[in-house]
Amino acid sequence: MDSAAVMNLLKNGVPISWYLVLSAILFAIGVSGFLFRRNIITVFMCIELMLNAVNLSFIAFAHQHKQVSGQLFTFFVMVVAAAEAAVGLAIILTVFKNRSTLNIDEIDTLKN
Amino acid sequence: MDLFFFLLFAFIAVVCAINVVLQTHPISSALSLVGVMGSLAVLYLMLGAEFIAMAQMIVYAGAIMVLFVFVIMLLNAGAEKRKGSSLTSQIFGIPAIIALFVLLCLSALKWFPSSDLVKFGDFSGGGAQPFGYALFTDYLLPFEVTSLLILIAIIGAIVLARKEID
Amino acid sequence: MEFLIITAVKLALVLFVFMTTLAYLQWVERKVIAHVQVRMGPSRVGPHGLLQPLADVIKLITKEGVMPPHVNSFFYLAAPFFAVFMALISISIIPFGTSLTIPAFTLAGATYGPYKTMMELADVNVGILLILAVSSMGVYGIALAGWSSNNKYSLLGGLRSSAQMISYELPLSLAIAAPLLSAGTLSLRGIADSQIGYYLGFIPRWAIFQMPFPQIFSFIIFMIAAFAETNRIPFDLPEAENELVAGFHVEYSSMTFAAFFMAEYANMVTVCSVATLLFLGGWQPLWPATLGSDFIAPLIMFGAGAICFYHGIYPARPFDRITLPVFGVVFFGLAGVLAFPPTVPILMPLFWFLAKLCFLLFVFIWIRATLPRFRYDQLMAFAWKFLFPVALANLLITGFLVALFD
Repeated sequence: MDSAAVMNLLKNGVPISWYLVLSAILFAIGVSGFLFRRNIITVFMCIELMLNAVNLSFIAFAHQHKQVSGQLFTFFVMVVAAAEAAVGLAIILTVFKNRSTLNIDEIDTLKN
Repeated sequence: MDLFFFLLFAFIAVVCAINVVLQTHPISSALSLVGVMGSLAVLYLMLGAEFIAMAQMIVYAGAIMVLFVFVIMLLNAGAEKRKGSSLTSQIFGIPAIIALFVLLCLSALKWFPSSDLVKFGDFSGGGAQPFGYALFTDYLLPFEVTSLLILIAIIGAIVLARKEID
Repeated sequence: MEFLIITAVKLALVLFVFMTTLAYLQWVERKVIAHVQVRMGPSRVGPHGLLQPLADVIKLITKEGVMPPHVNSFFYLAAPFFAVFMALISISIIPFGTSLTIPAFTLAGATYGPYKTMMELADVNVGILLILAVSSMGVYGIALAGWSSNNKYSLLGGLRSSAQMISYELPLSLAIAAPLLSAGTLSLRGIADSQIGYYLGFIPRWAIFQMPFPQIFSFIIFMIAAFAETNRIPFDLPEAENELVAGFHVEYSSMTFAAFFMAEYANMVTVCSVATLLFLGGWQPLWPATLGSDFIAPLIMFGAGAICFYHGIYPARPFDRITLPVFGVVFFGLAGVLAFPPTVPILMPLFWFLAKLCFLLFVFIWIRATLPRFRYDQLMAFAWKFLFPVALANLLITGFLVALFD
């Protein structure tokens, strides 16, 4: 497609693949943060970032198929993320009480 | 107009997400994540999901992230000190993530051609009424199961975080 | 294009009126609290202290802004900005009345046609959820202010205040959900429009009088939760001056301190507006226009003017002989404007909305002058052990009755 046709097309809206590419970017950033950061709370926040990226894909697909089911899946993902955040932060508090550190490299007493 | 708002809020979301990963202090990461959620809420509004956009702000940015900020303030988490990472992770880590990202982008661009357009106002079934109707008729079982899940999470959090009475 | 210009004009008008209202709300509060405590309040600066807010603004702007060296400067400066930003967003979706039609006029040779616009900045389909979302985000301003001040009293005050705000959001949301069951829509204008009509010809169909279940319990729960959300007495332990060394704003001075107070008053006006729209029928009058409710507004203004003139003739203080007749003339002018028939359909709904809003703000100030404050554990126990179950039971009963009778 030449540039004039592309600009004409873009005046009518945004292609759905762009929303999915944005979702992929956010997911990749979340994965890299999850693997590279050492603070346990930041690792947990990168998990939430990955869940948000997936929510964006669900809503984009709900718009494409003109159904509300995709948004319902997002709702359930949000509910599960809330429950997971509550229990996960309680676990982090307990780990901090016992080990006095938030660095996941130092919580390795079960290692060989 | 759609394009301008999409590019603006996508840019803000990506910048805030990179900030989440690159900041050393957890509070800055948490507030950048709130920024990501805010810009995603605007993107949801553009995709016609008005109830989910508000739910995202109320639940995710207004309750879950407040919980994160509370825990960071209570634990007095300081800035992270970086230790060296192993050689395997440095050689294989970044290319693996880039490979994952490229795979996702290529599949998205292949299966959804650029002529599939999204315009604000195309989908009006995301309001509270169609959403609630579907939630309580088609998806009643997952709804009840997730409410049970929240109950279990509440009990778990209270049990884990309470003071031991000796 | 006209839409943008009209919206810009409405925005400028609403912002100007809102900012002036916030400044004078502080004057009203000080005067009311003073008279409850049998003293006079501000009376030196201008007649009856009316220029006191101006003096306060000048003082706060010109005061030296001390930036303590031990604070986390980015969050220290961002927190009041965040608090004010969230407090001001909510005013954009509150409807003040019915539609406003500007008749056609000619300016510089070109005729601008008649414009019809609604009396609000934006009507969002999920308006009430937006207000809840913005009040949830307001917690961050206070938590960050408490934490960034690097001071144990601020941290404790900030954490207590944030915990109080999120605990009371639950009964607030449940109390909001109950009248929504009979209103059937989430948009604020739709909720106010669903309360049009009269039972038996003279009882207004406000939510607190509505028939399957009068929402009087929801109203009381909402008001109590609103006191806690805005950190007003009796729930203001985290920010009181004699507790915890003024709580989360102890390290703030001049403009940033003023920003927090502006945010608190803006939040107060927002929750009173939401209470007016949800429970008191918005701009619907107390009795029908056919029975003469259009005459109450000019009558009140006329009465106020008459009282001012009477006190001008028998003055309590020497300068009252000059200032009170001036106020009397102003009130008579307002009475004339309100009685003028072409403007009645526009001004009457606005008058009723503002009257109910002012009554609720007076209740806020009255309670501040009268009640002592709760201790923190009493406050949290009240939210979780009493208010939340009561709000839940109220929602259940409302849902049951609405499903049975509608």
